Amino acid sequence: MTQFSLNGHTTSVDAPPMTRLIDVLREQLRLTGTKEGCGEGECGACTVLIDGLPVNACMIPVVQAEGTQILTVEGLAEDERLHPIQTAFINYGAAQCGICTPGFVVAAKALLDAQPNPSRTEVREALAGNLCRCTGYQKIIDAVVEALGGQP
Amino acid sequence: MVKPNLLKDIINIWGCTGLSGIDSTEYGFRIGALSTWTEVRQATALPPALIECAATVGAQQIQNRGTVGGNIVNGSPAGDSLPMWLVLDAEFEVASTRGVRRIPASEFWTGYRKNAMVDDELLVAVHIQPKSTDILHYRKVGTRMAQSISKVVLGARLRIADGRPIEARFAMGSIAATPVRLPTVEAAVLAGEGADAATHMAQDITPLDDIRSTSGYRLNVATRVVRSFLEQYLGA
Repeated sequence: MTQFSLNGHTTSVDAPPMTRLIDVLREQLRLTGTKEGCGEGECGACTVLIDGLPVNACMIPVVQAEGTQILTVEGLAEDERLHPIQTAFINYGAAQCGICTPGFVVAAKALLDAQPNPSRTEVREALAGNLCRCTGYQKIIDAVVEALGGQP
Repeated sequence: MVKPNLLKDIINIWGCTGLSGIDSTEYGFRIGALSTWTEVRQATALPPALIECAATVGAQQIQNRGTVGGNIVNGSPAGDSLPMWLVLDAEFEVASTRGVRRIPASEFWTGYRKNAMVDDELLVAVHIQPKSTDILHYRKVGTRMAQSISKVVLGARLRIADGRPIEARFAMGSIAATPVRLPTVEAAVLAGEGADAATHMAQDITPLDDIRSTSGYRLNVATRVVRSFLEQYLGA
């Protein structure tokens, strides 16, 4: 058994140690907010936070999740109240097909926690590991800059 | 090599504290093999060019997980950090039940993704002795700024005394099966050829054609990145 904290709840899973964290999240725990894009660490669609740091869940064997605190996109909203980053994505229309959106939102959350009021350049760097195949980057960056307290 | 059984033959070393940590030593630094690129970026005592190198390894999701040791042992010819270890004359501390030994970076990569460690050895740390008198330089050329695999990656180290170069080290990645030094260019720099030393590039490298770039482009870019570095410090 592998045990970790998932969105604040203690969670145990029974999976072979090299099972990818993304498969455990989606298939076993039915948290399908975390998306698989490339499956090889390029696109960031599967971004989750492990102990506060953004990582690609497609690159993490579940054995390495033991004892960690994991946050997925499902853990951002409190009850029905969306996280300000999520609200900003809606206000700016910062989603087209939407597959990349959870990864962007979670990566932005990590930046917010690490550095309130980042510059636009810092936002761009923090989101550089997330690809949007619809190329809707301007609105995504506008939304994150605004949600994190800056002027888009 | 026998393909490992993912259920039985893999040991998880993530979180082994003895393998991580970046420490100052009497002569320089000991960088634990499990140090992530994020940790390298945060280790402000390290040479700025090495921190710059760490910042080009993927984006933050990769930098939070990818390690110095992983980059070295994976041994991809495009491994971003490999030329830096060559020009820094790094030593790799490897351990087994027989004890510990150090392998110089110059002897480590023996072929495409092959290295000088034997099967039961584990890379535990990298030792470097950067000199404050030296200019250390890193340049990665990829398809775009973020997250790309390099077409050409350069590490350079130059020591200048009384206006003349007295030590020159250049190493490149992504252009051959292993990262390589540029001995002809280095000798030309020491012989006083200045930035024109870069014109000897074709004697040192025969770049490969692959999915990411052509041989001609790589030779051209390799020459340009070395020339622009030399122009900056030795004049045009």
